[in-house]
Amino acid sequence: MAHAAIDVRELRKAYGTLEVLKGLTLSIERGTVYGVLGPNGAGKTTLVSILATLLRPDAGTVRVFGLDVVREADAVRSRIGLTGQFAAVDEELSGRENLALFGRLAGYSARSAKMRAEELLDAFGLLEAAGRSVGKYSGGMRRRLDIAAAMLVAPDILFLDEPTTGLDPRSRNDVWEIVRQLAEQGTTVLLTTQYLEEADQLANRLAVIDGGTVIAEGTPDDLKASIGSGTILIRLADPLQRSDAERVLKSVLQTSVRQHADSASLSAQVADPRLAITALAELSAAGIPTNQFSLGQPSLDEVFLALTGKPVQAELTGEGIV
Amino acid sequence: MNQPQSKLLMAMQAGKRPQRPGALNAVSAFVWRSWRKTIGKLHYLAIDSVIFPAVFLLIFTYLFGGAISGSTGHYLQFLLPGMMVYTVTTMTVYIGIAMKTDIERGVFNRFRTLPFWQPAAIVGTLVIQLLSFAAAILTTFGIGLLLGFKPEAGWGGAALAFLLVMFYAFSLSWIFACLSMVVQKTESLSTMSYLVLYPIMFTSNVFADTSTMPQWLGSIVDFNPVSLASASARGLMHGTTVPSGLMTTLVGLMLVVTVFMPLTFWLYRKKDKS
Repeated sequence: MAHAAIDVRELRKAYGTLEVLKGLTLSIERGTVYGVLGPNGAGKTTLVSILATLLRPDAGTVRVFGLDVVREADAVRSRIGLTGQFAAVDEELSGRENLALFGRLAGYSARSAKMRAEELLDAFGLLEAAGRSVGKYSGGMRRRLDIAAAMLVAPDILFLDEPTTGLDPRSRNDVWEIVRQLAEQGTTVLLTTQYLEEADQLANRLAVIDGGTVIAEGTPDDLKASIGSGTILIRLADPLQRSDAERVLKSVLQTSVRQHADSASLSAQVADPRLAITALAELSAAGIPTNQFSLGQPSLDEVFLALTGKPVQAELTGEGIV
Repeated sequence: MNQPQSKLLMAMQAGKRPQRPGALNAVSAFVWRSWRKTIGKLHYLAIDSVIFPAVFLLIFTYLFGGAISGSTGHYLQFLLPGMMVYTVTTMTVYIGIAMKTDIERGVFNRFRTLPFWQPAAIVGTLVIQLLSFAAAILTTFGIGLLLGFKPEAGWGGAALAFLLVMFYAFSLSWIFACLSMVVQKTESLSTMSYLVLYPIMFTSNVFADTSTMPQWLGSIVDFNPVSLASASARGLMHGTTVPSGLMTTLVGLMLVVTVFMPLTFWLYRKKDKS
């Protein structure tokens, strides 16, 4: 019988009086790349820590491949790999020594642990730095070493807790590429992130968590569809006409209109694509020419806003991560 | 697909899930790790096991020895076995510091997600600690020999005294290993070693015979663990063992191990990441 990769029911966890998870329920099929999306403090790391046997749940059942994470922790541990927000490696040892040590602790003999370490160092582009102590590694190298450590036993499920937080764009693309290749191999991946783009790029399914519970679950497309059929994005020929354009769009579409940072652009949600055509016709009749327009699905940013009533993280969207 | 990517795929395909490691294999992995870290910091070990005992032996033998025992040679005969105990006592806190440091660092999370017998982390680290205890006791003994110390019960007595002091340091280490599971900060452990260990070491019979002290103080000092160990080491070294005294020491130390070892393992296993 095939158990779900992850089955979490009514999971509760509090730190003292601070309730972090409040009856969270989640099920993940094998072979999916599953994104857990939520703002800081939503309980993402706590959830991953419990799944990876680092923390004990207060209440509820948590199973990984049908195995209980508390009572069968060792059996769970031999099938998972974890890469946390902070690299779980020994800074005093070299990269090579780290992998050899973890390999032995995963069950390889001293000799095969060494061979496996070389293989992974090579695969993750760390051969050159292998002899240096990890304390001297850059953030990107440390993260790669950490993922390599999580991959030692080719786990059935890999937990990546905000794997690209604090990485430069190149290292971030490296990590994304690694995740895609793992997914091709059939490894189940659970990925937490605050970056909507990351979830959109990588995940087949998503759970949005906020305040310790799942507030929405489904494929990225499901989630986008749940808040309306799409978004119309318009770029005006003349930025000065933006407020006139906003008035026209509001009266036709009957929804709120968002002005973008780019002073000539604005967007609005449309329930029915035919209304979008009417809106464009009205704009042109009002003497407001448009340079560009598109009708597309809403971004996950808009999904999050619609679900929680607050933006994911103002400073992140401001940096243009959407 | 470019070169590094195919290497990645190959590495992934090559990874076979090994059997869960045996407890001994896990311990030996930690012995290796701890050894690797110790040889990187040999100067610390040198301070503890050479400079510290040498300085104390010289000061006490030549500055105070004559005043305490009438002659320096006579005093060294009394002092040295206790000095072996004294030297390792301050080193027993290191296992606690090592464990606490691991728990505070990210690497603890990695250990937690691997399927080995978790207490191997403590046992493996302690094995290397025992080696450094042995080095410290032997150097202290060696310096004593150079200064003219003679074990009156011969080499056999000296060997038994060595074993006893090793067992003492082993037992005491479990107290600090256990404390490291409950203290908030690593610094608390070093503070504790100053606030608790130094008073205990000085109110012991390492430096002076309890029969020379006021009676009320003498009986307190006699039950100080450092005194018990020193008196027993002295007895074994010079063939003047009082069987009941040795028994008290051994039973006491065994009691410490039976309580603190399982307690440490239990606390370590149920320790959540902080």
